Amino acid sequence: MKKYSIITMNTIFKGKPMIRFENVTKKYGENIGLENASIHILKGDFVFLVGPSGAGKSTFIKLILREIQADEGDIYLDNLCVTNLSNREIPILRRKAGIVFQDFRLLEKKTVYENVAFAMEIVHKSKKEIRRQVPQVLSLVGISDKAYKYPEELSAGEQQRVAIARAVINNPTVLIADEPTGNLDPKTAMEIMDLLEKINSRGTTVVMVTHAKNIVDEMHKRVIAIRKGKIVRDDIGLYSFKDEESLEDTEEEIFYV
Amino acid sequence: MFRTMGYNIKQALSQINRNKAMTFTSVLAITAMMLILGLFFVATININLFAEVVKQDFDMVEIYMEDDTSEGIIKQIAIDYEGQESINKVEFRSKEDALEIMKQRWGDSGYLLENLGDNPLPNSLIVYVADAQTAKKVAESAIDFDGVEDVKYYQETVEKLTQATDFIQLASLVIMIFLVLVSIVVVSNTIKLTVFARAKEIRIMKYIGATNWFVRGPFFVEGIIIGLIAAAISTGLVSLIYDNIMSIIGADIIRILSVPIVPLEYLAINLAIIFAALGVGIGSCGSVVSMRRFLDK
Repeated sequence: MKKYSIITMNTIFKGKPMIRFENVTKKYGENIGLENASIHILKGDFVFLVGPSGAGKSTFIKLILREIQADEGDIYLDNLCVTNLSNREIPILRRKAGIVFQDFRLLEKKTVYENVAFAMEIVHKSKKEIRRQVPQVLSLVGISDKAYKYPEELSAGEQQRVAIARAVINNPTVLIADEPTGNLDPKTAMEIMDLLEKINSRGTTVVMVTHAKNIVDEMHKRVIAIRKGKIVRDDIGLYSFKDEESLEDTEEEIFYV
Repeated sequence: MFRTMGYNIKQALSQINRNKAMTFTSVLAITAMMLILGLFFVATININLFAEVVKQDFDMVEIYMEDDTSEGIIKQIAIDYEGQESINKVEFRSKEDALEIMKQRWGDSGYLLENLGDNPLPNSLIVYVADAQTAKKVAESAIDFDGVEDVKYYQETVEKLTQATDFIQLASLVIMIFLVLVSIVVVSNTIKLTVFARAKEIRIMKYIGATNWFVRGPFFVEGIIIGLIAAAISTGLVSLIYDNIMSIIGADIIRILSVPIVPLEYLAINLAIIFAALGVGIGSCGSVVSMRRFLDK
C-alpha cells in the first residue's frame, strides 16, 4: 500500500522542473565557481551532488538560495526566477527550500520543539497550526520523545533529525542537504538517509551534497558531479572515483568556496 | 505586524536583560544628550515668550508728561495725534491709573506700593500706532512738545530681541541635530553588540526565510525601549532642574521684573512629548543603522 503510493507520487510529479540552471556562470574574480552550467532537477528527484572540494558544489547551493548572485545565466526554483528576485523577495524563495547543514545549526537555547516551531513562527503561522504540525513532523523524523530536550542533550544523529524537521515543517518543494551525514557515524548516516528518502517519497525534491561513497552507492540515485565549475557527470549510478579526483592533480589554482 | 509585536517585545526585553551594562551606557548617553537639549529648549521657550510679551507693546508709544503740565495741554496733544494717519487710538492714563496697573502687575507683592506716599508715576498719553514707522515719527515729534518729559517706545528693543531669539533658535537647532546624530551612533553601537551576540541565530533565521523586518523587529523594539527610558529620565531631570532654578530666583522677583515665565506643568508635558518622540526616533534609527550591513546578505 505504502509502496504503491510512493510510486504514484513520483510518477505524477516527475517531469515538472523544480531546479533549473540555464547556462549559469559565477566567477570569484579570476576563480571559477560555476561555468556555463545547465542542470534540470525535476519534482520528486533525489540527486547527489558530488565533486572535490572547491569544485563548485557550494556555489551551486549558494546560487539556489541567492546568497550570491550569478554573473550570467538564469536560475529557477519551482516557478520563481531566482536570478531576477529582488532582495525583498528572497525570503519567499527560502521558504520554498528547506536546508540542512553538516553542523545542524540548531538554536541552543531552544528546545527541540521550539527549534522546529520557530521555523513556523518566522512565516507567521498561528499558534494553533504550530501546535498541530510540530508534533506531526517530530514524529515523522522520529524524535517525538525528545521534544522538550535541548540540542546539547541529543546525539549528533538526533540533532540532524531536528534540523531536518525544521527544514521540512513549512512543506518546502525542495530540500537541500549540504553534507548532512558529514558529522555522523556510518550507521546513523544511513538512518538519516532513510529519513531523507522518506521525505523524498512524499514528493519533496531532495538535493544532497556529499562525499560519502558508500551512501551514493547504497542509494543508487541520480549523481551530478561538478569539477572546476563544470558539470562532468549527470546520470544514475554509483560513486565514481573520478568524481572525487583531486584538483591538486591539475596545476590550476583553486578557489575554495 | 501586531501578531509579532508580543514576540518582538519579549525578545527585546531578554536582549536588554542579557546586555544590561551596554543598555545602561546607552540610556546614560542619550539622557545626557537630552538633558542638554532640554535645557536649551527651556531657555529658548522662555526667551520666545519674553519676546512675544514685549512685542505686544510694539504698537504703543508712551508719552510721559511733566507733573505740572495742565490737562488742557495734554488734551491738545491727544487731539493732535488722534487726527493723524496710521494712529489707531490715543489714550490718557493718569498717575493713579498707572499706579493701579503696576499694582496689578506686581500681584501679591502689590502691597509694597502702598507705602509710597506720593505717587511717583507721571500722567501719560498712550498712542496706539499701526506700524513701526509711525511709532518712530510719533516718538520723535512728541519730545518737542512743551510739557512732555519723556517718550518711550519699543521698536528697537523688539528688533534686537527678534534678532537674538532667531539666533538662539538657529543655534539650538544645529546643536540639537548634532546631538541627535551622536545619540543614533551610540544606540546603534549598543544594538550592534546584541546583533553580534545573536549572529548565528539571525543567520539561521535568514536561511529559514525570515524577512528582514522579522529579524529586525526585536532590535527595533530594543532601541525604542532604550530611547523611551532615556526620555522618561530626562523629562524628570529637566523638570526638576527647572523647578529648582525658578524657586531659587523666586516667584516674587520674577513678577516684579515683569518677566513672564513658562509654568512647569506646561513645560513638563511638552518635554515629555518631545523627548518621547526623540527617543523613539533615535532608538529606531539606531537599530536600523546597526543592522543595515548585517541584513544585506
